[in-house]
Amino acid sequence: MNEGLRSALERLPELLAAHVVLAGAALLLALAASLPLGIVAARRPALARVVLGLASLVQTIPALALLALFYPVLLMLSALVGGGIPALGFLPSLLALALYALLPILRNGVTGLVGIDPAVIEAADAVGMTSAQKLRLVEAPLAAPVVMAGIRTAAVWTIGAATLSTTVGQPSLGDLIFAGLQTQNWVLVLVGCVAAAVLALVVDGLLGLVERAVRDRRRGTGFAALGLLLAGVMAAAWPAFAPAPSRPVVTIGAKNFSEQYILARLIGRRLEAAGYAVRYREGLGSAVIFRALAAGDIDVYVDYAGTLWTNEMRRADTSPRAAMIGEITRWAASDRGVSVLGPLGFENAYAFAVRGADARRLELRTLDDLVRVAPAMTLGSDLEFLERPEWAMVRRAYPLNFAATRAYSPTFMYRALESGQVGAISAFSSDGRIAALGLTVLTDPKAAIPGYDALLLAGSRFSQDARFQAALRPLIGAIPVERMREANYRVDRSDSGQQSAAEAALWLDGALAHR
Amino acid sequence: MIPPAVIDNAAVRFDAVSKAYGDAPPAVASVTLDIVRGSFIALVGASGSGKSTLLKTINRLVDPDRGVVSVDGAAVTATPPHLLRRRIGYVFQSIGLFPHMTVAENIAIGLTLERRDTNGRVEELLDLVGLPDDFAVRMPDALSGGQRQRVGVARALALSPGLLLMDEPFGALDPVTRDQLGRAVRALHDRLGLTTIMVTHDMAEALLLADRVLVMEAGAIVADASPHDLLAGRAGAIADALVAIPREQAERLRQLAEARG
Repeated sequence: MNEGLRSALERLPELLAAHVVLAGAALLLALAASLPLGIVAARRPALARVVLGLASLVQTIPALALLALFYPVLLMLSALVGGGIPALGFLPSLLALALYALLPILRNGVTGLVGIDPAVIEAADAVGMTSAQKLRLVEAPLAAPVVMAGIRTAAVWTIGAATLSTTVGQPSLGDLIFAGLQTQNWVLVLVGCVAAAVLALVVDGLLGLVERAVRDRRRGTGFAALGLLLAGVMAAAWPAFAPAPSRPVVTIGAKNFSEQYILARLIGRRLEAAGYAVRYREGLGSAVIFRALAAGDIDVYVDYAGTLWTNEMRRADTSPRAAMIGEITRWAASDRGVSVLGPLGFENAYAFAVRGADARRLELRTLDDLVRVAPAMTLGSDLEFLERPEWAMVRRAYPLNFAATRAYSPTFMYRALESGQVGAISAFSSDGRIAALGLTVLTDPKAAIPGYDALLLAGSRFSQDARFQAALRPLIGAIPVERMREANYRVDRSDSGQQSAAEAALWLDGALAHR
Repeated sequence: MIPPAVIDNAAVRFDAVSKAYGDAPPAVASVTLDIVRGSFIALVGASGSGKSTLLKTINRLVDPDRGVVSVDGAAVTATPPHLLRRRIGYVFQSIGLFPHMTVAENIAIGLTLERRDTNGRVEELLDLVGLPDDFAVRMPDALSGGQRQRVGVARALALSPGLLLMDEPFGALDPVTRDQLGRAVRALHDRLGLTTIMVTHDMAEALLLADRVLVMEAGAIVADASPHDLLAGRAGAIADALVAIPREQAERLRQLAEARG
């Protein structure tokens, strides 16, 4: 079997189980909330309008944004009750997905109840049913087929949207999809998508059986299909109750770009060699990954000095690189219980890059030179740069007034510069494509952009573990920027030489600089 | 203070009962009336005269704004509505059979609610309304309109109520079925010793089935007479106008028949 397919299938059972548990729990929560709400709303048209309006409003929020929104909400809530509420991982995913699943169930519940023939309701009253008897004997059975159709829709949505929970640190089939998209590993993407689609089809089919059984009043079939569904969720949840494996498991985090996937695999190789079992949690957003480490959701990952400096420490000034690392190390240990094991030896800074030909023609060497030509240029950036404090810091030092700005995913940002759609981009200094495409990186004579030394960070669980430290120490100061660029390029290039993150990590492991 | 002897004889009593919907003129305007046990009453009037509203105040499908309705000497508000309704049979034009239940389950619903055994009661009731036993296992959508209303009557009689309320019970049926079912209900009324109140807009049906006809207009009882007195023109102008229609029709039919002969 193909190596890439084998490694993708290896991770599939664990991720599929996590996906099933998450989607199942979200659907049950949505049911528990929307059925009573639907019953109450069906009796009060004014309330039904408000509730359905709110549920529709939730639906208009993109699922990705809804997941991200729960992070600050849960942080605030946690602060209110004095801590203890996890803002990342399972809980925000569960709440966001449940909220998302609310509308179809609620809408069909109200429609089903309101659509019952008024004569039947009058008869139910006239034969002497109480409200509870009317609901149980008449309204529920008559509305059930419509409600079941809503539950089916909700289930399919939830299974699809659960792939997005990867971005808030909850493992799901999205781990495969996001990792595959970033590293151009289409086998991973395909395995993730196919698994999610098959899961959705199977669940839809079983719920369809329940729906038909409810409509035709065939109890046996209905209960059998329901039993299969519940058994599936239980089986998926089983490992959570099983005894922990004897080898300690280290969870390695990674953000959503190639360098991070490669470094995660490199760390993983080293830890596996030292006898640890490892697990990857990839595709985490910049905003959540450090908190995931501090909260113990992940145990180790690589972050960048400038990112921690501006995002986590909220600093708007700059310091020399060495002093910055020192301050970050002290702050992380004292304020967050996170240890900085050390810098890896390279920097991945924001770097303004232009095409080599343009640099020669327009005599562009520094950011000061860029100020001169910016009004006639479009700036291409990654998706977050324009909102980041670094952009504000650069603009304070250099009055850059671009004609327009456009945001791209990293791969397309380089293509946009190559094709002339934009004149300059906010590149990454460790990116292999800078050299491969013959781009010129403009210098920063006023030192406006903070240093972005790659730092190896570990959470509290392994900070006192000597074997763990010994396994990772050889990485400190061992990755010169040229090697990192080469490894990144192996994953980012789009020709036949393209490699997986694991293959690039294997190469990088053999190319470490030894002091 | 009402003399006990009067209470004894009244199955239903309305005492200054009024009901209005919103700002519209009252649907029922201060109706005071006694209905004697064992009588078959027809409540006749045009659409919107308030006859259905008045009927529904008895089993509290409608609660009056003012006044007191009593059944068997006790105010209807003294009993929780669901218990009150189990003592009163109710048949209405739309029938309202439960579409997800068999005919037997529909008929026995009152027994189910009371957690009583059915013990052959379904067959007895099917027999009573003139339907074969094998109808028990059918679903309502497999029945004709007349058969459905027979099931509706059987369901209303399942808990052996003394009082049967009927709101346009035969309004949606063809004339032949209508006539058959009307006679069947009248026979049941006599056989079971019921007190029956039937709302209808059809004066001929009222005259043929009832012991006493009440005519309603604009929420008030404007005539209260036996069929015989109505036909004799002793019930006032409004009642005469209503009686004139079937009478003229009958007269024209008779002339038609003679002309041919």
